[in-house]
Amino acid sequence: MAQPESADFRITMTGDAAITVEFPPRIDPSLNARVVTLANHVRDRRYVGVLDVVPSYAALTVYIDPCRADVNRLWTILERGAARSGSDDESAGREHIVPVQYGGADGPDLEVVAAFAQCSPEEVVRRHTSRTYRVYLIGFLPGFPYLGLVDDRIAMPRRETPRVAVPGGAVGIAGVQTGIYPTGAPGGWRLVGRTRVSVFELTREPPCLFRSGDTVRFEAVGAGA
Amino acid sequence: MIQILDPGLLTTVQDCGRWGYQSLGVPVSGPMDRVSHVTANRLVGNESRSATLEVTLHGPRLAFLADTTFAVAGARFELWLDTRPVSCGVAYRAPVGSELGFGRRRGGARAYVAVAGGVDIPRALGSRSTDLASGLGGLGGRALRAGDRLDVGSTRHGPPMVSPLVSGTTLPDGGATVRVLAGPDFRLLTSDALAELTRNRFKLASVSNRMAYRFEGPRIELACTQGRLSTPTPMGTLQVPPSGHPILLMADRQTTGGYDHVATVISADLPVAGQLAPGDWMTFRVCERRDALAALITLEQKRALGPVAAGN
Repeated sequence: MAQPESADFRITMTGDAAITVEFPPRIDPSLNARVVTLANHVRDRRYVGVLDVVPSYAALTVYIDPCRADVNRLWTILERGAARSGSDDESAGREHIVPVQYGGADGPDLEVVAAFAQCSPEEVVRRHTSRTYRVYLIGFLPGFPYLGLVDDRIAMPRRETPRVAVPGGAVGIAGVQTGIYPTGAPGGWRLVGRTRVSVFELTREPPCLFRSGDTVRFEAVGAGA
Repeated sequence: MIQILDPGLLTTVQDCGRWGYQSLGVPVSGPMDRVSHVTANRLVGNESRSATLEVTLHGPRLAFLADTTFAVAGARFELWLDTRPVSCGVAYRAPVGSELGFGRRRGGARAYVAVAGGVDIPRALGSRSTDLASGLGGLGGRALRAGDRLDVGSTRHGPPMVSPLVSGTTLPDGGATVRVLAGPDFRLLTSDALAELTRNRFKLASVSNRMAYRFEGPRIELACTQGRLSTPTPMGTLQVPPSGHPILLMADRQTTGGYDHVATVISADLPVAGQLAPGDWMTFRVCERRDALAALITLEQKRALGPVAAGN
């Protein structure tokens, strides 16, 4: 089960019921594209004993039923899949435009981020809306997209103490990541605005607006839009 | 139909869990003690994956609004069917209008009430399991309340078991030793830290819940504690956050986490972990993968657990 020395990934068991492929731990669009491609490949094949296939920034975890999955076979499949040069083509995502009301009650941390960035709130909004973000992973809460990379100047770290309640639709920054709270939850991200777009709805098929590998652009809109 | 007269401390609907949606950030949930959940189902002739009621520390009181075959497995409680004492691990026929009451708890933390046909409520993303944090599944994504009514399914897998007492998980007596496999950040444990982790008793803190156990006990100092990029977190993940107090992720855990993941509790020992109550102790023993698999195969053979989830 050893990988070739040239491989830039390693495969390990995580406990006895999950297999993880780890690429170098970086937030990197091409690495993430390889993860997403590999995840889709494994998920589509519906191997016996595979319970869930979960991509993250630079790793893929395959959850298994240890008494029913063929670990050796899955291991080989993951090894071959991870070694392929992950072209973006297979995992080409959809594009989303998300209208956001910035500042005021909708973005209570906009001024704080402006102070951090030593610029005006308008400049924070300009920088936040000027990039096309990749959906690197969905986690933390059902439907919560981890988007990146945020302009370094406005990449303010999380609050020291999380808020007890962040409303659904809140758009936040946490370092080089930006994201959208699908529902009300406690949270430590710096809230710069809020969207009316519904990110996660149980009754919708699929329930989640985004998938790993999609792209998102934010668009500033006036209050009430 | 079943009606909840008194919900007890925390009673939720659980089936085998909401598998297949972690890539959308949806937690798995499911029973904290899978073995007892399956045992309760087997006793009444259900499939292992049928929905049961997970009862926590203080049991509920419920009424059967139709003739119902039921069984309770897992934590040992005093039980009454109306005024008649009944036992855990045995299937009974409850006549219409009768009431099941939970009394004192004699061991373990969580009991599972199975009814023949299974608890039949609408599924959310393929599962009836209640995920309290995201408010998914169960009845409105919440714990059961007095007055709630739950339908009972009509499809039966087989007849109720007539064998004598069938036990669920071997219950802990004030604490339990669980076996762990080295996790992706195991190398961050210095030899001193590893000794601290494996030679001490860790007491379950009162804030422990279905999402995670927190511990009072020695701090575990890692060689460095930078944390990791958010990666998936199986049930049984043992994390060490910067505070040095380990956290054990359980059924309602979030799908990904960024704390250092030093070890993972083996599948065969998760059920006993699910039977621990705040104040109980836990110790961790490092084992090899072959030990983990052997223990799981033994458990499967003894308890006929069946597949973890549907469709595979």
